[in-house]
Amino acid sequence: MSQSTEIAPMAAGNPDRLTGFRTFWHYFSVNRGAVIGLFVFILLVLAALFAPLLAPYAPDIQDKTAFLRPPAWQAGGSAQYLLGTDPVGRDILSRLLYGARFSLLIGAVVVTLALTGGITLGLLAGYFRGWVDVAIMRVMDLILAFPSLLLALVLVTILGPGLFNAMLAIALVLQPHFARLVRAAVMAEKSREYVVAAKVAGAGHIRLMLRTILPNCLGPLIVQGTLSFSNAILEAAALGFLGLGAQPPTPEWGTMLASAREFILRAWWVVTFPGLAILITVLAINLIGDGLRDALDPKLRRS
Amino acid sequence: MLKYILHRIALLIPTLVGITICAFAFVRLLPGDPILAMAGEHGVAPARYEELKEQFGYNLPIWQQYARYVGEVVTGDFGVSISSKRPVMEEFKILFPATMELSFFAMIFAMVLGIPAGIFAAVKRGSWFDQSLMGTALVGYSMPIFWWGLLLIIFFSGYLGWTPVSGRIGLQFFFKPITGFMTIDTLLYGKWDAFRSALSHLVLPAIVLGTIPLAVIARQTRSAMLEVLGEDYVRTARAKGLSPSRVIGLHALRNALIPVVTTIGLQVGTLLAGAILTETIFAWPGIGKWMVDSIFKRDYVVVQSGLLLIALIVMAVNLIVDVLYAVINPRIRAS
Repeated sequence: MSQSTEIAPMAAGNPDRLTGFRTFWHYFSVNRGAVIGLFVFILLVLAALFAPLLAPYAPDIQDKTAFLRPPAWQAGGSAQYLLGTDPVGRDILSRLLYGARFSLLIGAVVVTLALTGGITLGLLAGYFRGWVDVAIMRVMDLILAFPSLLLALVLVTILGPGLFNAMLAIALVLQPHFARLVRAAVMAEKSREYVVAAKVAGAGHIRLMLRTILPNCLGPLIVQGTLSFSNAILEAAALGFLGLGAQPPTPEWGTMLASAREFILRAWWVVTFPGLAILITVLAINLIGDGLRDALDPKLRRS
Repeated sequence: MLKYILHRIALLIPTLVGITICAFAFVRLLPGDPILAMAGEHGVAPARYEELKEQFGYNLPIWQQYARYVGEVVTGDFGVSISSKRPVMEEFKILFPATMELSFFAMIFAMVLGIPAGIFAAVKRGSWFDQSLMGTALVGYSMPIFWWGLLLIIFFSGYLGWTPVSGRIGLQFFFKPITGFMTIDTLLYGKWDAFRSALSHLVLPAIVLGTIPLAVIARQTRSAMLEVLGEDYVRTARAKGLSPSRVIGLHALRNALIPVVTTIGLQVGTLLAGAILTETIFAWPGIGKWMVDSIFKRDYVVVQSGLLLIALIVMAVNLIVDVLYAVINPRIRAS
């Protein structure tokens, strides 16, 4: 947030942004797991960005002489295909590298959609209360009444299978968590003195909501955003695995698992590596999430 | 207490209405004509089309259609499956116990391992056990369970050859269900080999489904325990000279378990979502696999009713948890 407002939102006078970041990093880096998670995540982002340079082959190129070739270290494998090939002779390593693009994209798009929707609805509900609040929160309760994967499945059935529709469905399913969080935070902040002061100074509804109150709810939102990022990747992979997410031959990790399923007892590597990629990514993000909670949420901060 | 329960139920009414609207809207939101969508790729003869339109009430105004739908649901009529031509409720009654049994054993697995592990980690806070347990719990929490299931199949079924790959019981066993729980029914009939078969089919899916709840319960037990261990009454109990096992087992544990019970209750949604994946992997004949199969078979009557029934189950369980919570913790009742 670029404002150093006349009505200082933080208690600590004029929070120098660098000091703010130092405090944050101090608490974040105490958590060793979080730092490892961040490191892995950066590697993943780099892998996704430079996939065309890093991958030895194009993700969809088929080598008709090398179906189900085992990884390099196993008998029958060769350095030509480090992690082996899939049933139609595609290089698994290359597909995994390209797959990182999809997983990170899914996480980013879903969190952006869910955040935007959740913040808007949560602000409206918490700020205006009354029937607006009741109407919005009832719908949120309703969404949460269904098991998330089931609701996502049904939504994809309505929208039609595919990566984009899967992202939409997951965003819709995850969004109530943000709305609840924002609403609770807004209700807690609304009667604080700095908000009243801003109101007296003549700030309008929009300004009060977006510039005065919202920045003070950011901490929990960032933590929830991180958790949703990993959730989104897991759910999208699950939908892909069930055949309703990204469609073959997209090198999305869940979709790769789905097409590898029938070979599990013959070729362990086709199944193992895509799942491992999902696990590592989700774990890294969850580790970051834990660290962010320690750093951003003073209530949970380790004493 | 009764007043509290009635109040809780009253609060659920809007959600209940909402759930029926969702299920009602589902079939009507499907792209294209609902009857053609239900008929699938084969299409339907014009005469039959009109007949179906009449039968499903699509010629009525929308609010009358909804009223009619609610009327059917309330009287327990959930329609007839398009693919199997059997009443949806009848199928549900056969398949639901399978999901119940799987979820039950998954939860037992998660609790039996998770609660003691969490307690031990809290008592030995900062030890290597605590750190490695919390690390493992985070891995479990991040686990794509569909992949975890495949890995277990590769190792235990493929490599070791210990467990079967799919189904609930060996095909050579056949008997009329009594409770619907294979493990109990086989015992009631006194067939030990069938019981062993049922158990060996159950082990892997239960572990897979129980993995995320296990991680959540272990983490929750640990943090609840840590909180309680810092309380004054625990210090008092210690100061009185009670043995550590008595302090932990009696004074601390009882209070720490309250949030854990809630967590366990809240896992029901997770379990049912997980059952969709677990049952698909292990070909477990429960409602999760039923839903996925029905989506692919375009049997939207089943999907619609399944959606409704599953949401009702989750709601009912949450209500029970809330009430139980109030029973354990009188402070909730008062507010």
